[in-house]
Amino acid sequence: MIALLIRDFRLAMRAGGGFGLGLAFFLIVVTLVPFGVGPQSALLATIAPGILWLGALLSCLLSLDRIFALDWEDGSLDLLATSPLPMEAIVTVKALAHWVTTGLPLVLAAPVFALLLNMPAAGYQPLVLSLLLGTPALSVIGTFGAALTVGLKRGGLLLSLLVLPLYVPTLIFGAEMARRGAEGFDTTTPLLMLAGITCGTIALLPFASAAVLRVNLR
Amino acid sequence: MNLNTLWAYANPKKFIQTTDRVLPWVAGLAALALVLGLIWGFFFTPEDYRQGSTVKIIYLHVPSALMAINAWLMMLVTSLVWIVRRHHVSALAARAAAPVGMVMTVIALITGAIWGQPMWGTWWAWDPRLTSFLILFLFYLGYIALWEAIENDDTAADLTSILCLVGSVFALLSRYAVNFWNQGLHQGASLSLDKEENVADVFWYPLLVCIAGFVLLFVALVLLRTRTEIRARRMRVLLARERMGA
Repeated sequence: MIALLIRDFRLAMRAGGGFGLGLAFFLIVVTLVPFGVGPQSALLATIAPGILWLGALLSCLLSLDRIFALDWEDGSLDLLATSPLPMEAIVTVKALAHWVTTGLPLVLAAPVFALLLNMPAAGYQPLVLSLLLGTPALSVIGTFGAALTVGLKRGGLLLSLLVLPLYVPTLIFGAEMARRGAEGFDTTTPLLMLAGITCGTIALLPFASAAVLRVNLR
Repeated sequence: MNLNTLWAYANPKKFIQTTDRVLPWVAGLAALALVLGLIWGFFFTPEDYRQGSTVKIIYLHVPSALMAINAWLMMLVTSLVWIVRRHHVSALAARAAAPVGMVMTVIALITGAIWGQPMWGTWWAWDPRLTSFLILFLFYLGYIALWEAIENDDTAADLTSILCLVGSVFALLSRYAVNFWNQGLHQGASLSLDKEENVADVFWYPLLVCIAGFVLLFVALVLLRTRTEIRARRMRVLLARERMGA
């Protein structure tokens, strides 16, 4: 399992395009928003939590098809499937690798981008916490979507269509927590709900992803 | 109840034979109930003292919204049956129900918007109920798109049924998450079994007839579409066989 994890990290680092791309996309989204809505800092400060959450979600989405696609093409996914490792473990490791290479950099970069959007100081800690709690769920759900569409030639657009509705609850609670934090309200309820969603998806969804992957490898 | 008799209909041939007999009745009853319910509702009920004639959109809005959710429930059940017992008719029925359910969702959204414009003063509000219906519509879209995208029939049936299971959980989750996210403009449930009176009796009876009509219409459409799917699949097999022979 650890070998697989390390292998995925190395691939993400060295293959180029995987590691920094999500982060760069996040930066571009944050840069484009003021062009779209105007440069008033008060307005930007109000919408900053939502924009940051949406940006994180979209850059997560962008890298999803890479989770299985390359392994599928060169056949290493078949090798993994015949290895003694259960499929559930493979899927979990893949999701973890995706989170570490995509989700974690987003979490770490979020405060810097929040600065660009003029977010109030009180909002930084809830924002980072909400992203830290929420992005693992995004990776796990995304892995499910990637497993569903792995065999398809042009799965990219379909993948977004399938995954985005599944992201709704995570986005609602995550953005709500960041917004409440920025406005100085109590964040306990969305925090607990977000943690619940993340724990639930991590516990249950790998089974669905593994089942789907088995069907696709049949 | 003897369950063995139910599973007999999983045989496509038996299914086609039975629906041959049942379908005209269901379709006829659906037409009858819809015509009766809608005419009764539209022309022979009084106008509401505050809402005027717009209240009559309830005869389309409530039944279609009801069926939009029930269609997904039916897809959930048939998907489970496919996963557990692998009856092809079940998977095809789920496939057949999806577009019907999607259209019901659209009808509910559109009639709601038409009613909302004069009543709430807006076509659309980010109200929990409206939003969750929009999300339900997106789930239908994704489900149908996945069916269309996969070429192998069995793979498609497997993948879509798992998507349906996972999607149901997330749709439910979204329903309550959305509640948390915004306060509602939409009134409470117009129909529930545990209330003494839901809406006044004059509106209630034609509404019941309309709901029965929509349920029957849904059953008829799903049966018809399932038959079409079965026959289309048979035809593909026959054509493939012919090409092999030639």
